Amino acid sequence: MTNVGNGGIGGAVWSDAGLSAGGIAVSLRGVTKVYDSGVMALGPLDLDVRKGEFVALVGPSGCGKSTALRLIAGLIAPTSGSVRISHHAGEVRPGRAIGFVFQEPTLMPWASVRENVGLPLKLSRVPAPEADARVREALEQVGLAEFAGAYPRELSGGMKMRVSLARALVTDPDILLMDEPFAALDEITRFRLNNDLLALWRNLRKTVVFVTHSVFESVYLSQRVIVMTQRPGRLDAEIKIETSEPREEEFRTSAAYAEYCRKVSAALAPAYAGRAAL
Amino acid sequence: MSAPPDQSPPIPRPAAEGGALRAVRILLPILVLAAGLVTWELVVRLNNLPPYVLPGPILVFKTLISDWGVLSRSLLVTLLTTFEGFVAAAVGGIALALLFNQSKFLEYSLFPYAVILQVTPVIAVAPLLLIYLPQQTAVVVCAWIVAFFPVLSNTTLGLASVDRNLAGLFQLYGASRMQTLRYLKLPAALPHILGGLRIAGGLSLIGAVVAELAAGTAGAGSGLAYRINESGYRLNIPRMFAALLLLSLAGIVIYGVLALISHLALRRWHESALGKDT
Repeated sequence: MTNVGNGGIGGAVWSDAGLSAGGIAVSLRGVTKVYDSGVMALGPLDLDVRKGEFVALVGPSGCGKSTALRLIAGLIAPTSGSVRISHHAGEVRPGRAIGFVFQEPTLMPWASVRENVGLPLKLSRVPAPEADARVREALEQVGLAEFAGAYPRELSGGMKMRVSLARALVTDPDILLMDEPFAALDEITRFRLNNDLLALWRNLRKTVVFVTHSVFESVYLSQRVIVMTQRPGRLDAEIKIETSEPREEEFRTSAAYAEYCRKVSAALAPAYAGRAAL
Repeated sequence: MSAPPDQSPPIPRPAAEGGALRAVRILLPILVLAAGLVTWELVVRLNNLPPYVLPGPILVFKTLISDWGVLSRSLLVTLLTTFEGFVAAAVGGIALALLFNQSKFLEYSLFPYAVILQVTPVIAVAPLLLIYLPQQTAVVVCAWIVAFFPVLSNTTLGLASVDRNLAGLFQLYGASRMQTLRYLKLPAALPHILGGLRIAGGLSLIGAVVAELAAGTAGAGSGLAYRINESGYRLNIPRMFAALLLLSLAGIVIYGVLALISHLALRRWHESALGKDT
């Protein structure tokens, strides 16, 4: 059962569904971003993400997917519109509500894996004993417990990405924002990390917003694929991915998966066609 | 990459192949030195050159030993000046760069004057300094003027070349200015700072020598450069060579020590301190 919405102009159509199904974790309303150079990078964009939902944002490169993520993270301010993030029971926990995984592992090369993962705790002055315990837990979650003393250069690309993921999880954030995190990895590593991420998501029930340019990845991981138009990025279509949970490796080769991929690709096609015509 | 590419161990170094190359790299310069010294000695002997025209290397070496009392005292004076100038340059350069990094206003106001100080030949400035400052102070100031700029410009460069995503991460976790400086900017700038210090070490020796030469005619100095001048007036050419040899050795030792410190500080993580095969 799919539901291909055509947000585009009146993006509010689908947001009601989110409201009825429990709390909203992230809410964007009429958000635009114009860079200093005058380039209109994004919007206007309306987007609601439910608590505990896994949403994938796909779109042509340069469509503002990453900009949307940075706006949600508060790393940049919107030119207009509003960005709302819900906190645990209204409690304000700056720096804890959001975990961010960048496209590159973005690790401090001068610090060990342990220090890298513990950075968010150090910055919010969490006492050392508590921080140590949480770092250990986060490293266990990503399967890197025995590499705590290693330096980033000693790790493979996949392991570095796991460290980055552990660092995002160490503050126990409500929302996990991921900006094409596995784009630079080889396919087998990427598949493994996809499965591990799904397992983490099932266990921890974080809200995840996952930016990717891979149709296959977006369908495999998310409950809802949001297709964006070319720059300035707006919502183009929304495809709900409904399949038996938990998803396993078989889902990748199933007919339903292929059908979803076809739908997402079809929804993406106009954006790319527009580009070719330019 | 075989079975689990995600967890593959770090690549082992090929060991033996580097050994022969290293031996050649050490042996060749020594051979050149030996050949040069033999030629020099032969030229002096075969042409029966008197020592006040050109002393042979053996005589220079003998002078170094016989005049060690005078020369070593001068060496200490010069080294002390160099050290004081170097410390002043390191502290001043890094502190100024930190100030510039915190305040664009200060940077715009002062940076041009740092450049002017750097491009004005110190040998022309030294006599003026000697008029207005006590001699020992003037000599240290000279060493400082020559040596502080590479520290300043390298540190400025280092502080400005922080990974943007890492900076975003610090912002996301609400890092204070001091935290960002201490945990992000300074470690990231460390390789640049150490590079600047390595240059500054040699330059502060040059600054000290220039100031001693300028002061030497005023008569109160007793450093190695003063000794060279003095020996020149007395046509004690072997001692000139011996003093020059000591200056050169001092420069080599200063560079070696700073390079070693740099290597020790960076060996665990920075590209420059790692083997080419890792």
